[in-house]
This record gives sequence, C-alpha cells and structure tokens, in this order.
Amino acid sequence: MNNRLLCAAFLWLPVFASNAETKVSEHVLGNGLKVLVKEDHRSPVAISQVWYKVGSSYEPGGITGISHMLEHMMFKGTDKHAAGEFSRIIAENGGEENAFTGTDYTAYFQTMEASRLAVSFELEADRMRNLHLLPDELKKELQVVTEERRMRTDDNPQAKMQEHFNAMAYTNSPYKNPVIGWPSDIENYKVEDLQAWYQRWYAPNNATLVVVGDVQPKAVFALAEQYFGPLKPGDLKAIKPQTEVEQLGVRKMTVKLPAKLPYLVMGYKVPVLKTAESEWEAYALEVLAGVLDGGNSARLESGLVRGKQIAVSVGVSYGLYSRLSEVFTLEATPAEGKTVWNLESALKDEIAKLQINLVDNEELQRIKAQVLAKAVYERDSGFYQAMQLGTLETVGLGWKKVDEYVDKVNQVTAEQVRDVARKYLIEDKLSVAYLEPLPITGHITETKIEKGVR
Amino acid sequence: MRIHLLSLMLLAWLTAFWNPAQAAVKIEHWKTPQGSRVYYVHTEGLPMVDIQVAFDAGSARDGSQFGLSALTSALLDTGAGQWNADEIAQRFESVGAQFGSNVSNDMASVSLRTLTEKPLFDKALETIQVILTSPRFNEADFQREKNRTLSGLKQQEESPGELAGIAFYKALYGDHPYGHPTPGSIATVSGLESTDLRNFYQKYYVAANAMVVIVGDLPRQQAEQTAEKLVGGLPTGQKPEPLPEVVMPVKADMQRIEFPSSQTHVLVGMPGTYRKDPDYFTLYVGNHILGGGALVSKLFDEVREKRGLAYSASSSLGPMFRKGPFAISLQTRNDQTGQALDVVNKTLADFIAQGPTEAELSAAKKNITGGFAMRFDTNKKLASYVSMIGFYEMPLDYLDTFQQNVEKVTTASIKDAFKRRIDPQLMQTITVGGSARKSEK
Repeated sequence: MNNRLLCAAFLWLPVFASNAETKVSEHVLGNGLKVLVKEDHRSPVAISQVWYKVGSSYEPGGITGISHMLEHMMFKGTDKHAAGEFSRIIAENGGEENAFTGTDYTAYFQTMEASRLAVSFELEADRMRNLHLLPDELKKELQVVTEERRMRTDDNPQAKMQEHFNAMAYTNSPYKNPVIGWPSDIENYKVEDLQAWYQRWYAPNNATLVVVGDVQPKAVFALAEQYFGPLKPGDLKAIKPQTEVEQLGVRKMTVKLPAKLPYLVMGYKVPVLKTAESEWEAYALEVLAGVLDGGNSARLESGLVRGKQIAVSVGVSYGLYSRLSEVFTLEATPAEGKTVWNLESALKDEIAKLQINLVDNEELQRIKAQVLAKAVYERDSGFYQAMQLGTLETVGLGWKKVDEYVDKVNQVTAEQVRDVARKYLIEDKLSVAYLEPLPITGHITETKIEKGVR
Repeated sequence: MRIHLLSLMLLAWLTAFWNPAQAAVKIEHWKTPQGSRVYYVHTEGLPMVDIQVAFDAGSARDGSQFGLSALTSALLDTGAGQWNADEIAQRFESVGAQFGSNVSNDMASVSLRTLTEKPLFDKALETIQVILTSPRFNEADFQREKNRTLSGLKQQEESPGELAGIAFYKALYGDHPYGHPTPGSIATVSGLESTDLRNFYQKYYVAANAMVVIVGDLPRQQAEQTAEKLVGGLPTGQKPEPLPEVVMPVKADMQRIEFPSSQTHVLVGMPGTYRKDPDYFTLYVGNHILGGGALVSKLFDEVREKRGLAYSASSSLGPMFRKGPFAISLQTRNDQTGQALDVVNKTLADFIAQGPTEAELSAAKKNITGGFAMRFDTNKKLASYVSMIGFYEMPLDYLDTFQQNVEKVTTASIKDAFKRRIDPQLMQTITVGGSARKSEK
C-alpha cells in the first residue's frame, strides 16, 4: 500500500521538478564583471550579492584569515564615504546587509526594496576599487576580529576541536587553516598586508554580481554597466593548486579541553564535484551522506541515536561544491555511559554496511524525494538562491550546475553509492579526533550593588 | 514627504502581489467547530504550504517540573497511532515533507512544510494529524529522549553564553513561570516520568487551546478541511488561565559567574515589553536606535565601532504574553569587562536621560519602514508573523498598520517611554567569564 503511493508520487515528482528549473540571465561587462540575474516577483524585494574569488584557501602561511580581516575592513570607508557610512546609507534605505567569508569566497550582500538596487550598486562599486585602509581603523577592527575568534572558536570546545582536526587531516591543502585565521597571524596583520590582498583580488574581473528578486534582467544589466562598468580590471595571477598529497594511513588525535561531554569527529578524504574524476562520484557521495544523515529516518539517527542509543547526536557533512578536495565528515556525541570508541566502531559498522550491501530502493527513493522537495522549498528564499549561484560561479563550477543538481542526484544508483563507499570511505584515508573533556572549574560570586550604573 | 510617498508605493506593490484587497497581507481568520482559531494566508507561485499548530503550552506551563513542556513536545514524533519513530520519519521524508516541533516560553507548536500535490500532501497531513491526536509516550522512547535532554543540559554547562542566559532569566523573573530555561534543569528533568508528559499533553493539547496557521498555495476550502482534520480529533478541553503578571525586580543586582573562558559574556537588562503593550511601538523604535539595528546603533557604535571591545553588541526586546526581557548583550576579553560595562551603562543612562535625536529617529524610521516588505518576503517569514499575530490575538491588520504605528513614534514619546519603563536602578547584570588576571592578553 505504502509502496504504491510512493511510486505514484515519484512518477510525478521529477516532472514537477524539471518545471521548477531556474531561469538565470547572464551578462559580462567589458571589465570582466559577471552579472547573474534571477527574477522572483513574489515580493517587491531584491537581493544583491557581490562575490569575490578569494577566501581562506587562497592565503599563504603567516597571514591566514586575512580575507576575513579584509571583509571587516570593507566597511571602513572609501574616497567618497567615511568609515561606517556604507552601513548607515544602507540602513536609511531600509536595507539589510552583511558579509561573509569562507574557504573559497568572500561575499557582500544587501537586501532592499527592489527600486533601491542602485544604492547598493553604487556603494559596492565604490568599495570594489577605492577602499581606504587606515591604521587606526585596522587597530580597532583587529580587536573586533580577535573577539570574534574567541567567541566562535576559543571558548567553544567543539569548534576548537574542529579547528585542530582540520589542521591534522590536511597535509598541504590550504583547507587545513581556519577561515578566521590562526591567533598569531591575526595579531600581526599590517595595513600593507591588507592593501596587497585588496589590490590582488578586489577587481571586477575577479567578481560575480548576483541579483535575485523583483527585477528585470535588462534593467539590472544597465544599472551594472552604469556603476560597475567604469571600474578598471585587475591584473589577475593564477593561484598555485596546492593539491593535497595522498594520505598514507589513518590519523588520530586527542584534544583535551574544559568541556562536559566527549565528542568524536571522523573524516575521510574524498573528491568533490570540482575535483572528481567522474562527476557521478561526487553526486554518489552526496546521496551517501543522505543515506546516513538525510533526515530523521536516515540510518544514523534511526540506528545509532534511537536503535542502539549509542549517540545523543550525530551529523554528516560533505561539501559537494568546494573548490578543493574535502573530508567527508561524521561527527557525534556519545550517549551517557558510551565512549567515543564505542561510537567510532558503530560508525565504522555503518560504513561497512554501505560497502557490503546495496542501499534498498525505498531508502534511495526517500533520499531523492527530499532532494526534489527541497529544490522547491529553496525557492522560497531569494537569498538562498543567490547564495547557490554565487557559490557555484565563484568556485569555478559555473552557475549552470545549479540546474543539474536534482537530475544528477536522481540518476545515482545503489551500486554507485556502494562503489564510492568502497573507494573512499577506507581506513587509510581516515582522520579521527577525540575530545577528552577536562573539568570546568568555576564558582559563583554574587555581588550586590546599590546602583545599576557603576 | 519622502517617507509618505514610499509607504504608498510599497502598499501599491504589495497589493498587486498579495491580494486585491487593500491590505499588505490578507489574513483570513475563523474558528473550527471545537473552538480552535485558524489563520490562513493564500500565497501563490510555489506549490508548497507551511502549516503550524500551536498551543498555549510553552515552558511557562511547566509548573515546578521545569522542562516538562519541552520533553512533551520532543516525544510527539517518537511514536503515534500505529507508527513508531522510524515509521513516522519515513512517512514524512518519503514525500519530502519536513516536520518540526518547538517550544518557547509561551508556546508549544508542531509545524509541517510540505508540497501541495495531493498524494504527497495527504500523506504528510495524515501523519501530523496522528502525531497531534494520538502520541504514544511509550516508556522506551521517553527514557531515550529524557537521556538526550539530560546530555544537552550537561553540554550547556560548557558554554558561558548559555550559562549567562540562564542566570539572566532567573535574575529577571525569579519564581515567575518565565524564570527557568525552556529545556529545564538536570535536577527537574531527572525527576520527570512518562505519565507527567501524558498528563501535560492531555491538559494543554486540546482544541480550545489550539491555533492553526496555514500559509501557502492551498485554496480556502482545502485550508478549512485541513484545519478541521488537524484539530478535529482533539478533545475540546479548555484554555488555561492567563499567566500571572511579572513581578518587577526591586533593585539593581549584579552576579559574576566564574568560568574558564577567554571572554566574559555580559547581559544587562530587566523585564521589558509585552505583545499588547500600548508602549510597544515606541519602545521598539527606541530600542532599534539604542541597540536593535544590526550594524547601525548607539551600542554597536560605542562598543564596537569606536572602541573595538566586542564582535557583537546589541540590545533587544523580546515581547511575550507578559513582559519579556529587555536585554543588552556583548562578549569581551575578560580584562575589558569593567570598561565594556561602563560603556553600556553610560550609553543606556544617556539614552534614557536624553532620548534619541530627531536625526536618529528619522534614520531608524527610514530603516524600519523602508525594509517593511522584507519582513514577510518569504512564506517562512510570513508564516512566523501570522503565527505571532494569531497566537497573541493581535489585530489582523497588524502588518497593514505596522508602518503607521512606527511613523507615529516621536523623540518625546521614546524619551517618555524609556523613562517610565527602563530603569537603571532595576537593571540586572550578569557576567560569565574568567577573572581579568587569568585571561590571555
């Protein structure tokens, strides 16, 4: 009964999904700036994002985190606008804005009522080439970034362990460095370092402008020509490949930190869509991640959290769209009375099952159903759609890959899932980290004071 | 002038998109025969729908069993009717539906995001309906979920931010139902039994205490049937008594909690505003200027932009059924805690004494009204507004009148409201972090 309903549903779903394909218009300015526009007229809003092809994986030793530091400095003024003015203008125009840095990109965004797109274009074009990097502003912002690092990483046991794990798992890939940078690198950035980084990467021919919302492509292209068109292209030099060397055996580490719960991270070296010999391998790994962790019915939640009750939480992550090869990561927190070693062996048992047996059809269909439905849900968010286009373009896959995703996942077979499990999820490509909790010592001191203002 | 023109333009666009009626958003409201309130917005363009069923059954209804509401909610999809947890999850995921359950201080809710194609929709709807009306609360599931909650509570103790939040609510609310954290504490959760959950469910998950929100591409008639199907099987029951008023603190207080972190988490605040507060919009706009605006506010400017003391520095108002917290928060290197607190307290005291300038108010209004359309530019955001409007029984034209209400606020009204409502002599201050001498440089 249930099966029949499932089949009926699935005869229909792919047809539907293909109707849901994205329509993106592309235009490249004379200076090399690529402009992508996707119409979404459900609301009178436009999301505008500028993506630069630079991120922590572009950084040499000694200045790790400088892409992120520069992202902060991009709000600190230009020839035309004083520090902080960028944000004040956007705010007065009803805009939301921010920026984010990853291993493979640095991106800036504004969301505004659609008729104000020019406000965002003018400001972004201005700071693409005319940034002021002032020593006093850097001094303050360095403190801000240091506080950010403390908050995100230093005082968060699991985040800190992840940082150490990456540093061990990768030998020479720049993915071994944290996006926010190592503490002593952050402490020693100089204005000249930032200036050089800005000059090298912030140019129209190293950027993509993505607009999603209540706009007409032709009008957006004209506006882009007007504001970004006059910018001079930069002299771009290719970065070195820094291809990760082959791992020659399992790596293990213990991280001891004040914490309450132990924690386990396991990662296998795998290719991503950009680096896979055959594309299907990357999509098969994506489906494999879904078999293990794609929802509450997936194997780890069902088998380890509920069934064996060996974990209180589990997660799997795979960066299909990374620029360089990645680690396929499993992380888990053991249940009371269980150890990280119990968990490690339970996770390995799950991987062994994938290597021996084919995933059954109903399970595979369930993963695909979620992928298909998510492709619809994602269209509820213009921001997410812009993120996808920006990411794929920036890592060098090209935005058209967005449209292939549903079909390619749909084509993955049970045999292919088994094959990638056999080929990549093997002991010699594995890194494991164990968080060993140290006691947290502290006590409460209550001080009564007469007035609220000290 | 510019603002007026803008408002008109926005209304024109929204009207064109949302509905022929003259409203930003057309919320339709009715009651089911058993008395459950239904709020429905028809949106087009995507073949999907967001559904939420909410009850006045948040952690404020825990009584002395802190964590009861949250654990009851967590058990719902672990077994219902003839299905166990695996079967429930498979039913949703086989049709690509997303189920969630959530608990806040005031509210317990289940939610569903699903495609509208009939066989998919029907299967998802039937599943959530059984979860709502026939949860099993069986012993094995209960013990497992209780253990997971206990692990989560233990893990909170490694986070200075979480510890600060718990101490802050306790300082503001004491024994009031808002005074304890939603997940409860290790001591109270350890004492829970599965029968406690069943009793809680039977008392609060009833039709008279239920509200249904439907936002998506579903015709009105189908929305009516959907609401009826969701809550029709619940016993009528009754609405619980309203929560007691918050008792305000009688004096300022400060609590330092020693913790081996490199940063100190700072929270300063007091009970602030509630949903139907006549001062709400005045306090909201005032707070936007003080510390509510994301990258532009007085606190952000004083703490971060001028002095580089913190990555984030903000103030917030969390209106609830009763007075939710007014909270200023920041995190800073341990040895800078005193300096940061001085800056916060001075900024706040000056703001209360002087109020905002006309320029600050004008900029804040432009930000809020200029960005109005972005408050509900996705089904997800719209559904959460409709849920708030429905749950707190706010006027259905809340969104239509939102911009007018913001425009009405003046510098004088902000100064007046802050003086009456935000009192430095009652401020509760929590710091969690390492002592200055132990911190790294």
